[in-house]
Amino acid sequence: MEIINANAATLSNFEVLKHLQKIKDSKRKHKGQLATITYETLRYLEETPCKDQTPQKIANCLKALQPFNLSKTEKLMLINTPPTTPLEIQLLVEESEEKLTEEQVQQILDILAEYFPFIVPEKIKVEENSN
Amino acid sequence: MFILAEMKNVTRIMPENFNMKLNDAIAVELNNKLANKVVLNVGLCIALFDITGLKESFIIPGDGASHTIVTFRYIIFRPFMEEILVGKIRCCSQEGVHVSLGFFDDILIPPNALQHPSKFNETEQAWMWEYDTGDGNKHNLFMDSGDCIRFRVTAETFTETAPTGPIMGIQETQEPGENKVPYSLTGSINEPGLGILSWWDT
Repeated sequence: MEIINANAATLSNFEVLKHLQKIKDSKRKHKGQLATITYETLRYLEETPCKDQTPQKIANCLKALQPFNLSKTEKLMLINTPPTTPLEIQLLVEESEEKLTEEQVQQILDILAEYFPFIVPEKIKVEENSN
Repeated sequence: MFILAEMKNVTRIMPENFNMKLNDAIAVELNNKLANKVVLNVGLCIALFDITGLKESFIIPGDGASHTIVTFRYIIFRPFMEEILVGKIRCCSQEGVHVSLGFFDDILIPPNALQHPSKFNETEQAWMWEYDTGDGNKHNLFMDSGDCIRFRVTAETFTETAPTGPIMGIQETQEPGENKVPYSLTGSINEPGLGILSWWDT
């Protein structure tokens, strides 16, 4: 076997989810390692926000994010794990304090919440008592 | 987190699969060969994405199977450096916090990459972050197995696990390939916003 290009393209979680669902739903019975890895990967992806995304929403969201001059990987992370707080933006975007103003950070959060409204209630979780 | 890798392979189709369409037979073969396996310096293979090229098939004397040169793209799990991922804590040990994504288990957050100051609690067998509440008190934030944790990928290691020849002289040692991990990731959570998700919910 020969590797022609170890990194030909980057896939979003959503694309992988859709592709694996297609494999799982195909008529042919899969067995062995393929069945294991698709099952485990699907189980992981179905717990992430990408299960409720649609290609249209992602495309529109990326268009809306264009003016912020974010890198490809930053945008990918915004789509894969949409942040809901300014703190998370700080983690995802390199040197965000210099690159983005507070209003811009809020604008990004608003855009993400607009296109992926399901990410918002995620925040309401029972605070775990850590004592 | 996921990428596509372009690869080329000579795929052998057994005669018993000649009733299948060539593309389907090749897809099955490639998935049998690669799914859930680590390719050195490429990553963990998940599933075939598409076949991009097929050359004519050959029959080799003495072998009833057909051999086809095929170029294809495969879905690979390989997070880029500095990527933020969310996983679940598998277990804690002196070496650090072991994190799992469900399909990939070999992620370690070493003690020096935990929130500062963190300590290992022997009785609970868990790491805890001694969070300073500001008024001189300390609040112990435990990292229990099963908790969702957000971390930054800081390093990756590929190890050659191909079987080696017998080592002369030493007999009855355990299989050397047994405990080698082909692909492992190192993470860090020593930044605000990283760590157990519930830490930052409020």
